[in-house]
Amino acid sequence: MEEVNVTVTINGKKRSAKVEPRMLLTHFIRDSLSLTGTHIGCDTSQCGSCSVMVDGHVVKSCTLLAVQVDGSEIITVEGLGTVQNLHPMQKAFWEEHGLQCGYCTPGVMMAAIGLLQENLEPSDEEIREGLEGVICRCTGYQFIVSAVKHAAALMAEEKQVVGEGR
Amino acid sequence: MIPSKFDYVRAESVEHVVQLLQDSDGEGKIIAGGHSLLPLMKFRVTEPGKLIDISRIPELKGVRLERDRVIVGAMMTHREVAENPIIKEHIPVLSDAARLVGDIQIRNRGTIGGNIAHGDAVADLPAPALALDANLIISGEDGLDVINIDGFFLGPLITALPENSVVTSISFEIPPSNAKSAYLKYFHPATGYPVVGVAVVLGVNSDGLADYVRIGITGSGDVAYRAKSVEQELIGKPLTEDVITQASKLAADDGDIGSDLFASETYRRNLCSVYTRRAISSLLD
Repeated sequence: MEEVNVTVTINGKKRSAKVEPRMLLTHFIRDSLSLTGTHIGCDTSQCGSCSVMVDGHVVKSCTLLAVQVDGSEIITVEGLGTVQNLHPMQKAFWEEHGLQCGYCTPGVMMAAIGLLQENLEPSDEEIREGLEGVICRCTGYQFIVSAVKHAAALMAEEKQVVGEGR
Repeated sequence: MIPSKFDYVRAESVEHVVQLLQDSDGEGKIIAGGHSLLPLMKFRVTEPGKLIDISRIPELKGVRLERDRVIVGAMMTHREVAENPIIKEHIPVLSDAARLVGDIQIRNRGTIGGNIAHGDAVADLPAPALALDANLIISGEDGLDVINIDGFFLGPLITALPENSVVTSISFEIPPSNAKSAYLKYFHPATGYPVVGVAVVLGVNSDGLADYVRIGITGSGDVAYRAKSVEQELIGKPLTEDVITQASKLAADDGDIGSDLFASETYRRNLCSVYTRRAISSLLD
């Protein structure tokens, strides 16, 4: 069982690590690349806490192997904004109280980013549909929906929702 | 959860896949999107010694029209199937079903080829595939082969896919121009899988008689099946409420329906009938 080299561009930076083929992407991100913003909730591709963008699409990183995405572009919650300079999605969650404990929030925000990437004027129903792959056990979903709607309004004038060039 | 150790190799072409399978002495397992296989590997239900990744083989992508059929590449994701204009125009029941698989993250990775070749009793796409008389195009040791979907599913996770072969594309029949179609699904409230999923393709002639009926049912039985008893009961008849209700009562007859913790056999049989009746009725004006 040979270790393999996996290289990804993550949040705009090229990173490599030698890993076992069985290493899950979520462990690769958290343990090999030390980006612990991506959380593991259920570990069975249901809760969506581990959601990240791979090549422009939201996926659950607990149900992917790191080797499968070798050469891909990944964006995690760390790729959104910083504490000093919040991404509009983070600002919206802050302002609309879109979280309580915050555990699921990185995944919820990445799912919402995926939605807004395709539809910057989503209705409440479209937001709920876009968030079908994430589970929050604290807040109920109303504040999350409000936050995503607010984020969409904050980004109304922007051409790019996430990634380089934003 | 971490799978057992395995070797990983990325296949460059369909021939390469077959070669790798042959060389693996039965240890090789194909991984496409991995959304059915990896969960099983994480639970160590299965522990293949070698994973053969087919996800970057260009010829497994794409959708094309070929006379009266639509050919869909095995590596098309559920999302791509749900959004593809050719599929939406000619075999919309397939895109309707693909849109109801899992959630958006899962639809971004899971593939049509994997969904069918895995042979999971609760996969969605076998239902529309049966209703669209799908043929699986297979590459193996002896070259190309075609297997009809009806008879492909032998048991839970067991299919007629020959050893050392790979599903490269799936060919769906375009129904007659007068036919309408629907996929109706009763979601398992926790997993989102179909407790029952019914795909109906139905044509009614100018005299108001059913002249084309194909029904595929998934989720409830050991394997997905064609509800031929219902089809035979409907063909040539006027689709009155009574006719539909009577025919739908036969919806579980062609399946091997069992009980589990969530639903008893009696309940599942009833769901098959109710969802078949509703799916058919939804197509009438």
